[in-house]
Amino acid sequence: MAKLNIDINGLSLKNPVLTASGTFGYGFEYSDFVNLENLGGFIVKGTTLNPREGNPYPRMAETPSGMLNAVGLQNKGAQYFVDKIYPALKGINTNVIVNVSGSSVPDYAKCAEMINELDHIPAIELNISCPNVKEGGMAFGTSCGAASEVVKAVRDVYKKHLIVKLSPNVTNIQEIALAVEAAGADSVSLINTMMGMAIDIKSRKPILSTITGGLSGPCVKPVALRMVWQVAKAVKIPVIGLGGIASAADAIEFLLAGASAIQIGTANFIDPSITQKVIDGINLYLDENGFDDVNQIIGLINK
Amino acid sequence: MKKLVDFNIEENIAVGAGCFLLKLHTDEQLPEILPGQFVNVMIEDAGVLLRRPISIHYADAKKGILELLVKIAGKGTEKLSHIAKGENINILIPLGMEFTMPAKEDNVLLVGGGVGIAPLYYFAKVMCDNGIKPTLLIGTRSAGDIILKEKFSQVADLYYTTEDGSYGEKGYPTQHSVLLNNFDKIYTCGPTPMMKGIAAYANKKGIFCEVSLENKMACGIGACLCCVQDTKEGHKCVCTTGPVFNINDLKWQN
Ligand SMILES: Cc1cc2nc3c(=O)[nH]c(=O)nc-3n(C[C@H](O)[C@H](O)[C@H](O)COP(=O)(O)OP(=O)(O)OC[C@H]3O[C@@H](n4cnc5c(N)ncnc54)[C@H](O)[C@@H]3O)c2cc1C
Ligand SMILES: Cc1cc2nc3c(=O)[nH]c(=O)nc-3n(C[C@H](O)[C@H](O)[C@H](O)COP(=O)(O)O)c2cc1C
Ligand code: FES
Repeated sequence: MAKLNIDINGLSLKNPVLTASGTFGYGFEYSDFVNLENLGGFIVKGTTLNPREGNPYPRMAETPSGMLNAVGLQNKGAQYFVDKIYPALKGINTNVIVNVSGSSVPDYAKCAEMINELDHIPAIELNISCPNVKEGGMAFGTSCGAASEVVKAVRDVYKKHLIVKLSPNVTNIQEIALAVEAAGADSVSLINTMMGMAIDIKSRKPILSTITGGLSGPCVKPVALRMVWQVAKAVKIPVIGLGGIASAADAIEFLLAGASAIQIGTANFIDPSITQKVIDGINLYLDENGFDDVNQIIGLINK
Repeated sequence: MKKLVDFNIEENIAVGAGCFLLKLHTDEQLPEILPGQFVNVMIEDAGVLLRRPISIHYADAKKGILELLVKIAGKGTEKLSHIAKGENINILIPLGMEFTMPAKEDNVLLVGGGVGIAPLYYFAKVMCDNGIKPTLLIGTRSAGDIILKEKFSQVADLYYTTEDGSYGEKGYPTQHSVLLNNFDKIYTCGPTPMMKGIAAYANKKGIFCEVSLENKMACGIGACLCCVQDTKEGHKCVCTTGPVFNINDLKWQN
């Protein structure tokens, strides 16, 4: 049994396996399949200050080795989370992390401030892939200025561990990562979904109600891995890697590239017990290859 | 309690109209399985990523028996149609909410179109076991599309419509004369226009009516919010709130 626990800039994890926001509900959805307390942590649904109905159906299209989604941050808002969901989550003995989304800087900050009050939430993950309504809908995460502005505003009010989740839909991911590091992020996670689309040639219409949507699943893994490697080399803060991870081998690739922890997203839909398998698989790999601590393989290809 | 269960294929029978019947068995203990619920089937194929939702056509949890009635609709169901006796498939079971069980004295009408008849067999069977013999109205395109007639006739009084008039009454289920009878509860599963027609009929007559929806799903367990239906109370997941909905909760009438 190798040591699996990891310290991410003060956030301590039992093991490097987390789940990706929007793919793991509030955790309960998976409790028939995994012991949630065995996870390094889980990141709950994207939460916004005000309730959101999300986008119209259809919101999903399967694509080669992947899927597009256009859920549009459907959630009941921060107050509902605080009143109704948090009480049920706070007894779970692992890191429950809230993914905070927004459409304006003040909304992000207010939402983060509300989550800051919750004792049993040790961290938030700031989703900066959301469209900035004031700036014509361009995502916060696609320019250094906007990304930095929103991270600074949240940093001012949020006192615990601040993960900033990066969008892959940029020309230079290192620049953005450096900008959010300078703005006060404690760690970064990447990648969020890649923008894509699909057309039904029978009806000759786009499949998603929103025409474009976010691509996830195994097809994005090589891109995600490349970006994680680039960012891990550029920043000093820890990097959490995700995008297409569907096995322990995939997870180990991200750790070797420089990720201190990983998240599993779409793969949960296919095998709701995948997280435990990845934890066990990482353990086995370390044992079989003579490592006694998972920290020994983090960023190994860069050494 | 939902479970991931490996089932063994005991039989894979082509039943016509592009449909096949899978008879499955497992030695694992199964949770209670109710009519109207569905399963999420893993399809081992490089071209198929997500599981495919399929209704429970028949189940006997105590005996480890499950039957699925599937229509070839695309690459996943096509691949599944070739699965052979002795092979295993992994199934996430049971998912979603069941049909509301009618009372013993209720006069029940079931309306199915296409492969939408799949869940109605198990429902009718359970009703029969409880002393209720439902009426089942099935709509197909033509006589050649009628499948499993013998099987269904054992659990329901059967009526058919065909679009070309080659069997039963000509037209759609919404036009069938059996609708002139008085029913206390109506349940329907099939193409959306058919279900909307039946829902409108039930609504007009003030009859209790449930429909089973087939929105596209990813997780099947309420985690991804991909499968939502716009209801009077906002977007609801078909995989957890449904697939069975009371028509009064939908926005179909307005
Ligand atoms: C709750 C539920 C119960 C179902 N029960 C049954 C059943 O008992 N028997 C059965 O044969 N089918 C059933 N379906 C439909 C079945 O899930 C789809 O036909 C199947 O997923 C198509 O997969 P595919 O890979 O063959 O097709 P794909 O290659 O994925 O798609 C082919 C075509 O099928 C359409 N399609 C894809 N997914 C769905 C869907 N969920 N519903 C309707 N059309 C879809 C696509 O838009 C496309 O036009 C059910 C669906 C749901 C949501
Ligand atoms: C259905 C769905 C919903 C998602 N919702 C969110 C969200 O609310 N917030 C967020 O930051 N990312 C969201 N994501 C992105 C995932 O967290 C993850 O970044 C992405 O799917 C890539 O990882 P994967 O390939 O392992 O799924 C969502 C992804 C999917 C598939
Ligand atoms: S399919 Fe994921 S919530 Fe219904």
